[in-house]
Amino acid sequence: MRNKISALLLGSAMALSVASIASADDKVVKIGVLSDQSGLYADLAGPGSTLAAQMAIEDSGLKAKGWTIDLISGDHQNKPDIGTTIARQWFDVDKVDTIVDVPNSGVALAVNNVVKEKNGVYINSGAATSDLTNAQCSPNTVHWTYDTYMLAHATGQALVKAGGDTWFFLTADYAFGAALERDTTAVVTANGGKVVGGVKHPLNTADFSSFLLQAQASKAKIIGLANAGGDTTNSIKQAAEFGIVKGGQKLAALLLFLTDVKAIGLETAQGLNFTETFYWDLNDNTRAFSKRFSEKLKSGAPPTMVQAGVYAGLLHYFKALEALGGNPHDGAKVVAKMKTIPTDDPLFGKGEVEANGRVTHDAYLFEVKKPSESKGPWDFYKLVGTVPGNQAFTPLDKSTCALLKK
Amino acid sequence: MQALYAQLLVGLINGSFYALLSLGLAVIFGMLNIINFAHGALYMMGAFVAYFLLNLGGINYWWALIIAPVVVGVFGMILERTMLQWLAGLDHLYGLLLTFGIALIVQGVFQNYFGSSGLPYSIPDQLKGGVNLGFMFLPIYRGWVVIFSLVVCLATWFLIEKTQLGAYLRAATENPTLVRAFGINVPRMITLTYGLGVGLAALAGVLSAPINQVRPLMGADLIIVVFAVVVIGGMGSIMGSIITGFALGVIEGLTKYFYPEASNTVVFVLMVVVLLVKPTGLTGRAA
Repeated sequence: MRNKISALLLGSAMALSVASIASADDKVVKIGVLSDQSGLYADLAGPGSTLAAQMAIEDSGLKAKGWTIDLISGDHQNKPDIGTTIARQWFDVDKVDTIVDVPNSGVALAVNNVVKEKNGVYINSGAATSDLTNAQCSPNTVHWTYDTYMLAHATGQALVKAGGDTWFFLTADYAFGAALERDTTAVVTANGGKVVGGVKHPLNTADFSSFLLQAQASKAKIIGLANAGGDTTNSIKQAAEFGIVKGGQKLAALLLFLTDVKAIGLETAQGLNFTETFYWDLNDNTRAFSKRFSEKLKSGAPPTMVQAGVYAGLLHYFKALEALGGNPHDGAKVVAKMKTIPTDDPLFGKGEVEANGRVTHDAYLFEVKKPSESKGPWDFYKLVGTVPGNQAFTPLDKSTCALLKK
Repeated sequence: MQALYAQLLVGLINGSFYALLSLGLAVIFGMLNIINFAHGALYMMGAFVAYFLLNLGGINYWWALIIAPVVVGVFGMILERTMLQWLAGLDHLYGLLLTFGIALIVQGVFQNYFGSSGLPYSIPDQLKGGVNLGFMFLPIYRGWVVIFSLVVCLATWFLIEKTQLGAYLRAATENPTLVRAFGINVPRMITLTYGLGVGLAALAGVLSAPINQVRPLMGADLIIVVFAVVVIGGMGSIMGSIITGFALGVIEGLTKYFYPEASNTVVFVLMVVVLLVKPTGLTGRAA
């Protein structure tokens, strides 16, 4: 019996050493795009994120250098349990190395734990919660595109400084809404403003009239929309109907995507101020990428910042893999490498991956154009200000990430 | 107190949609014995037809109120002729599964072509703006929705419960063979009834297009609530579903005011309570 056990141990030790020898120049990578493929976030992430990932693989040039890169995609349906089940299956059965995108903060935080447990790589582009690089930070996670801290500071600060010192929140009742409301409240009060009330609405609400009436009755100067996607578009559309903006109150769309503006229509959306880190019409690089992207996407839409973030995040990941000379299949190791290389890509420009996993790059304050100013089907934004990357995101000394305390 | 009035009114507005949709469901269930799970998808199609009419044909909202229900109604009648009629006499489950499948297919097709965020449809110029009622600012369009749907609901109730045609229909569901013996074309009547129910759904879709986004999943989000309304009101009861539709809209509106987190579950809690106390629904006749 003892012989059998020692033979087994010897066998597995040999297998392990063979595996580690193989990994030194292993050039096989498998990437999973986990997104909302059919729900309220499908247009701003979804199939477009998968396309962005494909384009990143092509543009990285790694295939020509002998790498094998596979891509799969999954639909988390905005349910954390489904998201984690897919993630586990991808790591255990499909041998996925890296999970990207994952919009919906609730799902994103749940998947964050799985990736850490399985020592994979997690490049989140779609989720907003700043917890991913604070309380819930992980050595396996890179949070690319934006977060609630950035949204709160850029949009919130600008509005309070413009005189909007009393706020009422319409908050989506899950992790994301709570994080965005919390971060914005901090900014509002730090700048001398006051939050006079708020209401939490269920995710994916069709009718906001009750909530809007409460917001109207609060007499707050600013109605902060701490929600996203269809919830935001419905709030804005119905606020116009109830004469909220005409009555002198201002809407703060704390998170607004290109596809949302399209859905609301310029007639109703004009004049809204909000923050994004990418817009297709920013410069020649973004226009060139967006042209290629929209030609391939079935709907013909240009990329949203989430989809752009999937592309840019993967390009940076490939840089790290190339620098390592092979895929170590060790997520923490790859992410550590990603943190040592400054980020520089055609879509987000220069920046860095900070020790807590937060990627910093410039954030832009936009205003939605008037219908008369728009020259094309997706010509929606006017740039009104730029927040430099080193000021847009949580300063490291304020981050509560445990990785920073070593 | 003012806020309370406002919430009551808002609830009534939502209730109009519930009433219109549940009315269509009740008509179809009552007359055809089909649990029409495709109702939400057909409601969505109504909104999309209105969108196409405006953006491709330049045909305004008022015409859409007439054309969209007809177009979608015809689509519904084709469904009934080609598929649903073969399920007559079988267990309800078959109809439910078939219509559920149809709903998924229709929604999938629309989603494939139009994405999930939806398309804008603006309020017709004549109904823009609002009036200050003292306790709230009432958008004229919302007021229009309440009045219009109330009229449509009552007209439908009148048609089915009080006219000769309605009498034939009710008789045909009780005993199709006997009614046929009187020389009435029962299958055609059933097809037309399905068309009517579907047309009501499409009408609700057109009404909601300017308020909500015209989205492929707009019906899927609503249909579950509407089913709860029908169950509470009593399957197949016309007046029951109208009254419960409006009443539940109001109850939901009040929940949004007093405890917003529960606003999308309150209807189901009520449904459970009603089923426990009176399994046939508030106004339902025992099967």
